[in-house]
Amino acid sequence: MSPDVEAVAGARRWLAGRARWRWWEIAFWLAAAASFVLLPSRHLILAEIAILGLFALSLDLLLGYVGIVSLGHAAFFGVGAYAAGLMAKHVGGEPLLGFAVAVFAAATVGLATSFLVLRGADLTRLMVTLGVAMLLGEAANQWSSLTGGADGLQGMTVAPLLGLFEFDLFGRTAYGYALVVLFLCFLIARRIVNSPYGLSLRAIRDNPLRAAALGIAVDRRIVGVYTLAAAMAGAAGALLAQTTAFVSLDVFDFNRSADVLLVLVIGGAGYLYGGLIGAVFFKIAADLLSAQTPQYWHFWIGLILVVLVLAGRDRLGERLSALARRARLTGGAP
Amino acid sequence: MLTILFDGVAYGMVLFVLACGLSVTLGLMNFVNLAHGAFAMAGGYVAVTLVNRHDAPFLLTLPLAFLVPAAIGLVLERTLYRHLYTRSHLDQVLFSIGLVFMSVAAVDYVMGSQQQIIRLPGWLQGRIDIAGVGVGRYRAFVILICAALAVTLQVVLARTRFGAQLRAAVDDARVARGLGVEVSRIFALTFAVGSGLAGLGGALGAEILGLDPHFPLKFMIYFLIVVTVGGVSSITGPFLAALLLGIADVAGKYYVPGAGGFVIYTVMIALLILRPHGLFARAR
Amino acid sequence: MTDALATIGLVRRFGGLVATNDVTFALARGARHALIGPNGAGKTTFVNLLTGVLAPTAGRILLAGEDVTGLPQDARVRRGLSRTFQINQLFPDLTPLETIGLAVSERLGHGGDVWRVVGTRDAVLEEIVSIASRFGLIDALETRVGGLPYGKQRQLEIAVAFATRPRVLLLDEPAAGVPERERRALIETIAALPRDVSVLLIEHDMDIVFSFAERISVLVDGALFAEGAPDEIARDARVKAVYLGGATHG
Repeated sequence: MSPDVEAVAGARRWLAGRARWRWWEIAFWLAAAASFVLLPSRHLILAEIAILGLFALSLDLLLGYVGIVSLGHAAFFGVGAYAAGLMAKHVGGEPLLGFAVAVFAAATVGLATSFLVLRGADLTRLMVTLGVAMLLGEAANQWSSLTGGADGLQGMTVAPLLGLFEFDLFGRTAYGYALVVLFLCFLIARRIVNSPYGLSLRAIRDNPLRAAALGIAVDRRIVGVYTLAAAMAGAAGALLAQTTAFVSLDVFDFNRSADVLLVLVIGGAGYLYGGLIGAVFFKIAADLLSAQTPQYWHFWIGLILVVLVLAGRDRLGERLSALARRARLTGGAP
Repeated sequence: MLTILFDGVAYGMVLFVLACGLSVTLGLMNFVNLAHGAFAMAGGYVAVTLVNRHDAPFLLTLPLAFLVPAAIGLVLERTLYRHLYTRSHLDQVLFSIGLVFMSVAAVDYVMGSQQQIIRLPGWLQGRIDIAGVGVGRYRAFVILICAALAVTLQVVLARTRFGAQLRAAVDDARVARGLGVEVSRIFALTFAVGSGLAGLGGALGAEILGLDPHFPLKFMIYFLIVVTVGGVSSITGPFLAALLLGIADVAGKYYVPGAGGFVIYTVMIALLILRPHGLFARAR
Repeated sequence: MTDALATIGLVRRFGGLVATNDVTFALARGARHALIGPNGAGKTTFVNLLTGVLAPTAGRILLAGEDVTGLPQDARVRRGLSRTFQINQLFPDLTPLETIGLAVSERLGHGGDVWRVVGTRDAVLEEIVSIASRFGLIDALETRVGGLPYGKQRQLEIAVAFATRPRVLLLDEPAAGVPERERRALIETIAALPRDVSVLLIEHDMDIVFSFAERISVLVDGALFAEGAPDEIARDARVKAVYLGGATHG
């Protein structure tokens, strides 16, 4: 049977259209680059946003693409932060080396714990991931000869990036570094979610039983993407450690895991930009709110969460994606 | 040694009272309420405020520590929680984390962030000797109260009409409704009682666990462990789990201060993987 | 010649309940075989055992002579055992193009590609299109699956299972819930499946069973109760009794 040439071409066009860069994506990254040049006085908070955005992006790979809920994603953030911190303290040298080691360490821990989330419903996964983060936090607390325990890891010396860019007080190097890492990680994530592998992840998210019946090796895919997400979370942790030259136990905090979940949910899961947009919103809101009511700003974050859920997080997302579909249909017409 | 065991039992008993409400909402109603600790905190603060600022007798504050969180629980259940029973666990988690954040910040704002120390009446202070073992009077008191509560709960759930209706509603809400059980009323009542018990636990435990605005976050994992390890098929499971956890935690902190947390978290993870329905659950 | 699919002494217990009771069964190559039985006879459990959703308590499963008892679902699919589901198990947010593409990519070994954009392999695209035209889905390729009419979704169920190029295809009540006017097309689709695919049909609708099957097995209380050609089964008084008895109990 000779396949319908036109239909094949149509299918190819349609699939290529899904992976194409859209104008707003380019605008988003141009704006990010512009912020580096135009907002030098805001580099410190922008660096924090980029780091949080990367952390949320890593969670999006789990929650948004393969449907794994985690209440302990800070576990990998923390491992990355401590690995980078220890490298800076004991080995010194190039931050990129410390970064690579941190990513590797977080990926290793991710791989090792990924087997714990293969089985079980959401609730089991929530508690297992939470337990892993608590366990690692406890380990960092107890092993104080290495980590400094509750006092935090002190005495980090972070060498200039590439031997050229000193980490300055104004966060210029920090933001540049964080933004470049974020962009590279984003490119990797984007490439992967648009691949056959990424498509199979979405299939697993929607219906793991059916995915397996198509011949997809569900467990292997979950292990793979969990490890990748852990590596990216570790990258975010390493960035935090290197740009602030300090690591404390709060990198493993439940609050951090909860915050990143919130950031992702605010921005919307499952399209990669949610974590980034959520991070911008979250940090700015936190900045404004804590200027008004320092110490109590989590109250407002909590309120946002409650309202968001009651108003229907999913429905909100559906409405947005319906809008996006319509925009695509009208914009994509030849 | 026996003193530690005794302290552990008291600690475990308080954990049981704190967590048993959660074992019903999470275990039976399948609702992930991470804000359970917030109700406990409410009870604790009711008791502390009344005793320390208004010189109310400690015993009299206990019923209030039950009633106030129960009332809050009832109102929240009727207005907010009941809309979320059918939602995904993720939504429930986000919602209840939101409540936790709000309660932590609100209590911090109103009461301050310092640790609250409850002023116990004289007759509950000090130690008594039972068969040569030095026993804290307050801990003995707590054990008695909690044991009585556990027995009452078991009887209510197993023997009364309400217990039967709750079990029916949880088993299959549709069928229960068909049989004339007012499922939503039962759930509301159960939620209120669970919240009230948490509050009572918070009041009783203020002296043993400590009480500050971060209470809901600090003890969330303990409640979850009690429920997970204990399973949900009866009150006995969570009760034994709470006792084990209490003794292990107290003994661990005393004998091997380094390892306590590890053991507890590791056991929890292992159990979740191997026995997702809890250690004491019967296979269905 | 070895059978396409066979079970030897297959048992599955849930607690005290025996859902599959010592079933020894063979599906011949190229068979058009139907498995029937009253509600609760254990048909779905049997399918779940065959496909690897459940692990048997005892017994063995052979796929073209190879023991697959311990293999996970996806490994059995790669060895040529595929199934459809009684209730649609599709991905509502994907399109038929993507859904069939998943199965085709997996079979050709490209499913794990992380660094290649979807839709850039001509071999995969051509096969998707050829399967879609075979199952009447060519015009629906780019529509969200959740928005397709029910009959089209049932067609897609079969198309997706077919896209894994099965040697053995298990059809679990393919016509369940399909409205009358879309039923005809579905039955024709099933009848037109190529002869080198051995088919086991699990079905309630006796019209479909008797128009399709060349051999029928009856499952009662988890055990094989009778097996034979359609006219033998139709004449079998015991089968009739079971069915009438089962029917009165609903």
